[in-house]
Amino acid sequence: MTRMIVHRLLVGLFVMWGAASLIFLIVRAAPGDPATVLLGPDADHAQIVRLRASLGLDRPLGAQYLSYLGDVCRLDFGESHRLGRPAMDAVLDRLPATVDLTLTATVTAVIVGLTLGMLAGGRPGGLLDRVVSACTIALQSFPTFWTGIMLVLVFALNLRLLPSSGVGTPQHLVLPAVTLAFPFIAIIARLTRTSLVETMSEEYVRTARSKGLTERQVLLGHALRNSLIPVVTVVGVQVGALVGGAVIVENVFAWPGLGSLVVEAVANRDYTVVQGATLLIAGIVVVLNLMADLLVAQLDPRIRTGAV
Amino acid sequence: MADLTVTVERPPTAVRRPRRALLSLVPALVVGCYLLVAAVGPLLIHYDPVHTSLTDRLLAPGSRTSTGDTAWLGTDGLGRDMLAQIAYGARTAVLIGACTVTLSGLVGVVLGAVAGYFRGAADAVLARIFDVLLAFPAILLAIVIAGAFERSALLVVLALSATGWIGFARVTRGIALSLRERPWVDAARVLGVPGRTILARHVLPFTAGPVVALATLEFALVVLAEAGLSFLGIGLPPSTVSWGQTIAGGKEYLETQWWIATLPGIALSLLIVAIGILGDQLTARYGRGRPGRTPTTHSSARTG
Repeated sequence: MTRMIVHRLLVGLFVMWGAASLIFLIVRAAPGDPATVLLGPDADHAQIVRLRASLGLDRPLGAQYLSYLGDVCRLDFGESHRLGRPAMDAVLDRLPATVDLTLTATVTAVIVGLTLGMLAGGRPGGLLDRVVSACTIALQSFPTFWTGIMLVLVFALNLRLLPSSGVGTPQHLVLPAVTLAFPFIAIIARLTRTSLVETMSEEYVRTARSKGLTERQVLLGHALRNSLIPVVTVVGVQVGALVGGAVIVENVFAWPGLGSLVVEAVANRDYTVVQGATLLIAGIVVVLNLMADLLVAQLDPRIRTGAV
Repeated sequence: MADLTVTVERPPTAVRRPRRALLSLVPALVVGCYLLVAAVGPLLIHYDPVHTSLTDRLLAPGSRTSTGDTAWLGTDGLGRDMLAQIAYGARTAVLIGACTVTLSGLVGVVLGAVAGYFRGAADAVLARIFDVLLAFPAILLAIVIAGAFERSALLVVLALSATGWIGFARVTRGIALSLRERPWVDAARVLGVPGRTILARHVLPFTAGPVVALATLEFALVVLAEAGLSFLGIGLPPSTVSWGQTIAGGKEYLETQWWIATLPGIALSLLIVAIGILGDQLTARYGRGRPGRTPTTHSSARTG
């Protein structure tokens, strides 16, 4: 177990280095000199040269890359000239809103998805199964930015039940979280169904049934735990997609999280914020994937002891 | 083993009711209609995305415009016809989707086949690249790339391909990995056929089915992602009609002119649903690859 954790941590560190280098590459390949962009069209040549020197842009690319890596390790991405404050402060300010949104969406998706999946998988081929699978196809296919707008149209503008955008009360969280949860409800429900159907045809389930256990006891006591293993793995893998979904959903609902910050920063060529926010998101994804791996190992002793 | 299975394999598909068979064609028909609209629509409907008409702003579906035509699906905030925008949007979606899937499919299949067949350093490097790219949500990387450079259709294709090739590479790698142990590949190797020829003649043909099935699903993801980028205003240049842009434009008129944001969304959703079902059908049929059981480890990782 310890060996596995150490190995995964090393891979995680490597991935973060790769992610930081990739972002450095993209930002440096972008056209337009950052100093010129910052100072605007009115700046004279001397000003630009001075700012380039103070930003370190006049040094060789290799030296810039090394000092950038050092800054990344110290979580220092420099000043955001657009916001007039350190980029990392601005990024960390926006983090709690995104955590609220994604966490609520994850919990919603897991509860609703598991329930739907178990209902559908309990009797494969039944009416409920077909209704659920039709719903999941729709939920998985609709673009989140459009379902978000449609939910606003119905629940905020027509029924006037919920606020259409912004933050403040718990009600503000409902529409964004539901919108974000929709595709993940579908993914979890489909997976739970398949996994449950597979598990229920295993030998040990037949043994449990022939011992005279009720269907309920078989399901909860024997089948459920094993059928959850692929679900946990996929929830872990999907966390990245969930954060990606949040980027779009936050923009629909004017939710002040990391996603709307990234889009603002990209649109304004505010690269210090882009670097800080994308690397923070990458870090979160890496950590959550690691946690999902550990949880799977906890659920499945074969992985824990390395017997597979 | 093989001669045992031959006798028991057939029945489920042989006695299929004709009604079912017809129903299962519906997704393909719907996708076909979109392709037709994308190809023919812009030829029949004249539309100038830059031309705006103040008198025809925000007309309800079915109204008459100042030029005497009927705006069957209404007009948007700048007086542009919605029906034309949806038809031109279909062309944009299909073109961007086809280009991106072709590019990422080519890159993914070649890299995946090389890594899976030759193993060694190439395989290890590819696995690390997967790790790094998967740390970013696909749409986030596309946003950063698309936002960093001058807006253009080519840039959108490249930005979406940056992560799109991963799925193809994984599937192809899995198939190549299992094929390299097969007798006919061994036979070719013993005969002294060079590695590149074995790959092209004896390995790659078997990836065709799963790759086509995956390409269908990837196409849906790409169309969704392109609409998402355009919705955020960092996708295609404003002179190109995109469903995402039209939906974003309709957001501010949502309270009174619901059709602007709703209709392109329905067009988009219907296309994605149809492609999704078609992709699942193809995956069920060809997804596992013909030579026995090969591990296809792609999960439907859908983003926003």
